[in-house]
Amino acid sequence: MTVTESEQLAYVAAKAADARVNVELETDDGMTLNIGPQHPATHGTLRIVAKLDGEQVLWVEPIMGYMHRGYEKLVEVRTYPQITTLVNRIDWLAQTCNETPFILATEQLMGVEAPLRAQYLRTIFHEMGRIAHLTMFLGDMGVQIGALTPMFYAMRDREFVLNQTESVSGGRFHPNFNRIGGLKDDIPKGWLDETIRIMRKMEAFCDQMEELLLGNEIFEQRTRGIGIIPAEIAQQYGLTGANLRASGVDWDLRRDVDSPMAWKHADFNVVTHTDGDCYARTWIRLQETREACKIVTQLCEDLPAGPIMAKVPRIIKVPAGEAYVATENPLGEMGYYVVSQGDLGPFRVKIRTASFHNISIVPWVLRGVYVPDIISILGSLYFILGDIDR
Amino acid sequence: MMLGLELAYWQESILRSLGVLAAVLLPAGTFVYVFLFKMVSFMQNRLGPMEAGPYGSMQLLAEVGKALQKEDVVPDAADRTLFKMAPYLVVATVLLTYVVVPFGPDMVFIDNQVFGTGIFYVMAVSSISVIGIILAGWASASKYSLLGALRAAGQLIAYELPLVLSVVGVVIQAGTLDLQRIIVAQATGEIFGWGAIGNPFILTQFIGLLIFMIAMQAELAQTPFDMPVAESEVVGGYHVEYTGLRFLLFFIGEFATAGAFSAIAATLFLGGWWLPGLDLDANYMNVVGPLVLLAKMMVFGGIIFFIRFTYPRLREDQLQRFAWKFLIPLALVNITATGILKVVF
Repeated sequence: MTVTESEQLAYVAAKAADARVNVELETDDGMTLNIGPQHPATHGTLRIVAKLDGEQVLWVEPIMGYMHRGYEKLVEVRTYPQITTLVNRIDWLAQTCNETPFILATEQLMGVEAPLRAQYLRTIFHEMGRIAHLTMFLGDMGVQIGALTPMFYAMRDREFVLNQTESVSGGRFHPNFNRIGGLKDDIPKGWLDETIRIMRKMEAFCDQMEELLLGNEIFEQRTRGIGIIPAEIAQQYGLTGANLRASGVDWDLRRDVDSPMAWKHADFNVVTHTDGDCYARTWIRLQETREACKIVTQLCEDLPAGPIMAKVPRIIKVPAGEAYVATENPLGEMGYYVVSQGDLGPFRVKIRTASFHNISIVPWVLRGVYVPDIISILGSLYFILGDIDR
Repeated sequence: MMLGLELAYWQESILRSLGVLAAVLLPAGTFVYVFLFKMVSFMQNRLGPMEAGPYGSMQLLAEVGKALQKEDVVPDAADRTLFKMAPYLVVATVLLTYVVVPFGPDMVFIDNQVFGTGIFYVMAVSSISVIGIILAGWASASKYSLLGALRAAGQLIAYELPLVLSVVGVVIQAGTLDLQRIIVAQATGEIFGWGAIGNPFILTQFIGLLIFMIAMQAELAQTPFDMPVAESEVVGGYHVEYTGLRFLLFFIGEFATAGAFSAIAATLFLGGWWLPGLDLDANYMNVVGPLVLLAKMMVFGGIIFFIRFTYPRLREDQLQRFAWKFLIPLALVNITATGILKVVF
């Protein structure tokens, strides 16, 4: 029997693969533990290679790219109105929050501004996306620490918010409701009262979570003083959102940047915490859910009458130019750098997602912790795989 | 003689073996259905199984059937013999534990005159299961299994001690190691001369019961002490590589052990198969006794699973600190106090 060249190659490749596996199993200078790509704590397919000494971490390296879907390339072959459908899938829990910065960047390039009513409604949807997202976080944080029950309460109450989004747009997770220059439709009758009522429910949910999860002694033991990130380090690694505010940096794009959204008409606090540990990050997100409920309630009460669509041509051509617009999304700063050459679609879009930067601090913050702490730190940094890999 | 019948030795042996099997499987099945399927579902705002049988009561059979159909996978790198042996070792431990638990005045699997060590035997045998767990973890040739098994070993060693020490108080009070005589001591005891409800040791050994419950939670690897199987960390720990029947055996082992420890706790602290107002020596107690014991076991099982689905998980070092720095000193204080009071009164 003759051996073909491809068989020989396959044999060599198999030997090489075996050798690599054996290197991983060596325990001379610690044990290499592959956390992921298939691991319940990685919310998808993040891989974390950890070198362990017993249960203590010597070094870790996050490996991303298992879910790369090539959005930045895909949007180059789409027209502007088609892109919102696509980018909706980046941070799949955040509903319209993915669309907002892209729409704002395009409008900035075109020199269009949405009417005031559309701005209010966009902000309401943006904040409802935040509530749905952070509700999920609070449940998920419990699961990571080992408490299964809060997850079910979070699922139950998030449903109210999702139903509200669905009743307007028809979509629960990917509403695709923003249009360049405004919104697709106006809201249905009675929607505002129902939303205000649901915001009260969500505030009650926050109270419940504060007692059930954050008030639990074991939860505090597992999160207080674990994974401390000082403010300077957080800024060096480009952390944004709640992770940065938990380190004591008072920085929020909703308040600090003047964008054509309705945040400036609402009265809300930017919550910060000085500890920078897992507990602080969880606590910040809980308070942010409360603040978001406040914003939605205020905006629903003050919603002005008027059109929901500015005057835009039927076929959207964006004049040549560049624009970068970022908004404060549930995970942190999400920005779109749109380069247009005057065509129906963009020439190049760079998407700046929060999770990519938030996860980059992992090698720094995970040194020397124990294996269970890896899970609570990853859980509290809070990332969405689609948001890392795009 | 057994239950008033003249039986040959081999007939008795078969009856006893079947009895132990029933004693292991019935409470385990009841625990899984009532607590794991239903109580937890209602805690978590859902219905739980509803399709198989009335209120999903046949779901357990469906699950067992599913597990039996699955392929029995042994990983390539695994140590085949040890890997296959481990689950049987875990289940055998539970069977051995039930052997000394009395279910009625005559409903005992082993004669007390022959085998009077009772609770001492339980404590010794119950720690065999950790060998099965270490075998499973090591033989799987998976790092997650290994981490889980080593955590389980450390945890079981740390919590065996408070478990034994918490029982010592009961033994001092009853003056015997034999479980049957511990029940009699509780039934015939008096509280300051008032003997209407006997003297269940939950009243005098309340601290002992608390320590026993906490140590039991850790022995069973239930939340907040479930690091050996923590699914968000080590993805199931020592049983991560098991499928089908062998996984089912681990599963049965977990819940049957919960049943066994509940039975021991009920016997030690709540008076076992005896209830106030029932005749201690009557023949009907052989029928009523098992039901009374099962009801008392359900109380403890309910507490175990209620805690399991309420609390988050501790870290391994925090658990060790809790055992060595808090539970064991408390158990020693309890023993001293019990001894002094026993001498004084």
